[in-house]
Amino acid sequence: MNKTEEQIVKRAAELLDNKEVDKVIGWKKGEFCFDPSPAAFTSSDELKDFVYNDFCGANLSKYLVNECKSGGKIAVFLKPCDTYSFNELVKEHRVNKEKVKVIGVECHGKLDIEKIKSKGIAAVTGAEESGGKVAVTSLYGNAELDKNEVLLDKCLTCKGKKFAVADEIIVLNEMEETKNDRFSGVEALEKMSEEERFAFWKAELSKCIRCNACRNVCPACTCNKCVFDNNASGVATKAPADTFEEQMFHIIRAFHVAGRCTDCGECSRVCPQHIPLHLLNRKFIKDINRLYGEFQAGETDEGKNPLIEYRESDAEPSSAVNGEVRHA
Amino acid sequence: MLKFKIDKLNELFDTISAETPLAMPLEKAGEADYGRYEKGAKPALGVLKTVKSPKDLFFPQSETLMKFKTEGKNLAVEAPDENVTPFVLFGVKACDYKAFEVLDRVFLADPVDTYYQSKRNAATIVTLACSKPEESCFCKVFGIDAAAPLGDVTTWMDETYLYWQANTNKGESLTEKVRALAEEGGEDAVAKQQKATREIIDKLPFSHLDLSYFKENGTKEIFDRPEWKELSEACLACGTCTFVCPTCQCFDIREFRSAKNEVIRYRCWDSCMYSDFTQMAGGNNRTTQMQRYRQRFMHKLVYYPENNGGLFSCVGCGRCVNKCPQKLNIVKVAKALGGKKHD
Ligand code: SF4
Ligand code: SF4
Ligand code: SF4
Ligand code: SF4
Repeated sequence: MNKTEEQIVKRAAELLDNKEVDKVIGWKKGEFCFDPSPAAFTSSDELKDFVYNDFCGANLSKYLVNECKSGGKIAVFLKPCDTYSFNELVKEHRVNKEKVKVIGVECHGKLDIEKIKSKGIAAVTGAEESGGKVAVTSLYGNAELDKNEVLLDKCLTCKGKKFAVADEIIVLNEMEETKNDRFSGVEALEKMSEEERFAFWKAELSKCIRCNACRNVCPACTCNKCVFDNNASGVATKAPADTFEEQMFHIIRAFHVAGRCTDCGECSRVCPQHIPLHLLNRKFIKDINRLYGEFQAGETDEGKNPLIEYRESDAEPSSAVNGEVRHA
Repeated sequence: MLKFKIDKLNELFDTISAETPLAMPLEKAGEADYGRYEKGAKPALGVLKTVKSPKDLFFPQSETLMKFKTEGKNLAVEAPDENVTPFVLFGVKACDYKAFEVLDRVFLADPVDTYYQSKRNAATIVTLACSKPEESCFCKVFGIDAAAPLGDVTTWMDETYLYWQANTNKGESLTEKVRALAEEGGEDAVAKQQKATREIIDKLPFSHLDLSYFKENGTKEIFDRPEWKELSEACLACGTCTFVCPTCQCFDIREFRSAKNEVIRYRCWDSCMYSDFTQMAGGNNRTTQMQRYRQRFMHKLVYYPENNGGLFSCVGCGRCVNKCPQKLNIVKVAKALGGKKHD
């Protein structure tokens, strides 16, 4: 057990034993180190299965939407980036913050088992990070990889190590900031010709199997019934009419979360086809920044985002299209 | 046994596809899925698991069942041609091949699903033995030998050759078309690879998963286990597990009016993980995600075997193990329910 995990479990046990909370939301051990699942714990006995390691990439904030519906107080462990989603959910009245104790936890970037496997390592049995290297054990032999090569994409473009909200934090070691240029992917797309960009998205989006994992994991997608699931909506689709119809789903979804998407990266993390969905959201974020000034969804749990607020200085829609006007 | 030099593979595929459509794992935007081979396509034979399974070729994610068109007072009904052009399906792994048996028992049982049947009959299936199984594979649990898959033709691949063994008449006639590109031999190399593969498989972490609990206990007892709640807690209801699964077989039938003003009745994959899956005129009999989650695994491990002489409707491909965004899967279910005896 690593030291941080030890502290977390200790704190969770205290909170449950003292009846300060009725439930703790965290991660549960899987069959390997790299397959923990989000889980709720209601007694300190259950905490023997608690895990907090390099593979706890899942953002737990969305679970609070359902958990808050039942009575009782809940403690949740959030990594720095996850706290933005929490704020956004509070802002949208999807989570009642009075019911929740947010415990910020140390994070040095989470690893992506699929990236590890894509290095040609099959039958992975373990992976452990130390000093910027990841030691991987497998039935075919061991390997050492650079941590940066196997970080989750969302961690390569980490928003920073600040907790946007936390009632308490468990941070034992200093968290080094990740240097990144998160808009470089969007810029590369902007530089393409229209035809190239269309070809890029067509190739990517036509892989989509419409499992909806991206939508279901998204903390900004919390409608009780999504329009695409509503048989009465007339646009519920279970099958595309052509191989590129999926663009509609994705474009509509990107518009729907624009201004509310915190860039948590969960959509791209869960996609079984590795479609870079974050590029769509990030294009919106980049444009919002350009037109209305720097804005980070989830920075606070109140106020309006630029897309639903009117200011006289707002850019005209035409200039937004022409890309001329920058925020003063 | 025949063998083809690896650098002749494109020639082999070009020869086959010149005469008959050829489907095989292809790389597209970084992922491997089964698709139609055309000159210049990127075969992904080194990939152990395509994202979706080859069931797509027989039971596509969406397919037209019939079209209706009204002209004046006439109603025309048009059904797709049942004479599917014969095609070759190359590169199927042992688990995915076994999955066809699971699907056959559903779609080919009376009343026969002719849409499925016509594609099954049209296919010549060339399997490819695995040589580098991974930790999520547990085909051995279901008595599948990944080193000796069945099919019309069985192939094995190493760095230098693709080895080729015809098993059926269909396989023989395909062999005749490509014989000119091949050399004789390869038995020793294949035997050596098979031995190595089987040794690894024996060591895989899930290879000795015990499913006896599901055979020895009654449906009701398994159904009522309290663990289902905890097991399903993190489920997002995304249905990824069902869409990537080679044996999941549920579908929905829907209609839409096309731009040409025809009504198209189509069927498409559905998922027991979805909230409207059991939506009926009178209501919905599965109202929680726990119930939906339980259904998926009860179907694989209990209901299907009950109706099919004990055959599980899981083939251990491990796709759901790899792809579930929450890392939930059939192995965790089997261990949680069967690992300890319930009192
Ligand atoms: S998770 Fe990926 S495959 Fe599934 S609906 Fe979203 S984009 Fe499509
Ligand atoms: S759209 Fe993607 S990045 Fe944005 S909040 Fe949703 S899951 Fe996170
Ligand atoms: S249940 Fe999972 S392991 Fe079994 S056949 Fe389906 S996808 Fe493969
Ligand atoms: S893939 Fe996982 S989260 Fe999605 S429906 Fe299946 S079990 Fe639930």
